[in-house]
Amino acid sequence: MPLAPPITDIEQLKNHPAVARLLGWKDSAIQSVKFDRDEMTIFVDRSDIRDACALLKNDPECPFNFLSDVTCVDWYPSEPRFEVVYHLLSISKKERVRLKVHLNSSSTSIDSITSLWPGANFFEREVYDLFGVRFVGHPYLRRIMMPEDWEGHPLRKDYPVEGYR
Amino acid sequence: MILNMGPQHPSTHGVLRVILEIDGETVVRLMPDIGYLHTGIEKTCEAKFYQQVVPLTDRIDYLCPLTNNLCYVLAVEKLLGLEIPPKAQWMRVLLNELTRINSHLVWLGTHALDIGAMTVFLYCFREREEVLKIFEMVSGQRMMTSYFRVGGLALEPPLGFFDRVRDFAGIFPERVDEYENLLTGNPIWLMRTKGVGQITAEDALALGASGPTLRGSGVDIDLRRDMPYSSYEKFQFKVPLSQEGDVFARYMCRVQELRESIGIVRQALDGMPEGPIKADAPHVVLPDREKMKTQMESLIYHFKIITEGFQVPAGEVYQAVESPRGEMGYYIVSDGTAKPYRVHMRSACFANLQTLATMCEGKLLADVVAAIGSIDIVLGEIDR
Repeated sequence: MPLAPPITDIEQLKNHPAVARLLGWKDSAIQSVKFDRDEMTIFVDRSDIRDACALLKNDPECPFNFLSDVTCVDWYPSEPRFEVVYHLLSISKKERVRLKVHLNSSSTSIDSITSLWPGANFFEREVYDLFGVRFVGHPYLRRIMMPEDWEGHPLRKDYPVEGYR
Repeated sequence: MILNMGPQHPSTHGVLRVILEIDGETVVRLMPDIGYLHTGIEKTCEAKFYQQVVPLTDRIDYLCPLTNNLCYVLAVEKLLGLEIPPKAQWMRVLLNELTRINSHLVWLGTHALDIGAMTVFLYCFREREEVLKIFEMVSGQRMMTSYFRVGGLALEPPLGFFDRVRDFAGIFPERVDEYENLLTGNPIWLMRTKGVGQITAEDALALGASGPTLRGSGVDIDLRRDMPYSSYEKFQFKVPLSQEGDVFARYMCRVQELRESIGIVRQALDGMPEGPIKADAPHVVLPDREKMKTQMESLIYHFKIITEGFQVPAGEVYQAVESPRGEMGYYIVSDGTAKPYRVHMRSACFANLQTLATMCEGKLLADVVAAIGSIDIVLGEIDR
């Protein structure tokens, strides 16, 4: 079946539980939204991310209590360079939502959400290891996949696929 | 004392290094150290065409390769907006459940072997041999099958395939009874597994655990039933749940899942629809070989798909499936070209491994081995 075009108009999407909750908190919480291929993506500012996650986790109607994934996409050479992506799942309501935060290459640090979900620990360590994004407030931000003395962040687009050997 | 349960260890199920701080026999702190099997699969995927990524996905969770294939292929099909014919979907369910059985057999055999029950290991691998022969029959490979392709299956199942699966489904339930006979009522097994490696539902949820690790603590979520994909909504099956959250609870969950999976395999065999096995999308799906050899158009499509790949409209998708270990997800970002821009695998064991510290701190050293076995980790998935 042909793909439906993505909906980016916040007026049409404000009934989605995550969008409604964030708009109810403050109007400036959501930078933009996109509903594409049956998936809701919400762009949030980096200073709001921890509060936004806490609000969505504790939402009474549709609690997004399961953190599926924290990952990152590198859009080198365009700015903003990094996009940290959070996938949340509501176990009771079977809804997913994706939160995205844009980060410039000059300021690659963001609040850690390990205080909300201890399970974000390994995920954030992996993003730090492979992309170089620092998580403020993480209890143990060390490299997890690469050896401790490795230089460089392998999954960045300016790091060659073959490596530097 | 700091003890290194080093990367080479028979009970860590792969190259996992666990750094233990022990005081006598009690574990004071535990920290897993991973990365010994990191091969940069996520980076490699960015350099390959979409159809070339399929063999890479097999090797991530190498005990359930068809589940990885399925998750990736479903994600790309979601990006493309393809509709898959029912026969392909039912075959995918059938093979997915056989893979689940395969994976649980390895789990049961190695878990029991760690705790000391060696007979179970040999029994489980006897059944696994039959399933591996079934996979070899359908795809030519025992383990790294790469049988699912974007748009359907790679090949038609051969003659005699369904009879073979039916024979296996006939003998398997009594084999599961054999395993349960050896373990479930066994006082040594009960003493080694009851009350060991306990984790509450809140802790498991907060740590991102999924699959039997979460269902063993009482949280009822199974992506096959709750967010169905690939025609799982047409199958009837129960989702086993336990409340205690210890090693025995997770063991019971997985053994019941063995029984449920063979039930699904039987339902798939009985209701298998007829029809094509590939979607009707000439730009994406390779044409039939006979057509390719006789018609010019098919030859051109074949050539273009193999050498240039197919363009996928820009966007991103997160597709999750219920793997034997929990929620396995693929997050694929496409920028409109024939190569994926970013492929991220959300591996179930990566999150499940974080529960190990909660399960083992303050408990005895010998229970660490039981706990590692009960989480059912596969280092290929953790390290990618």
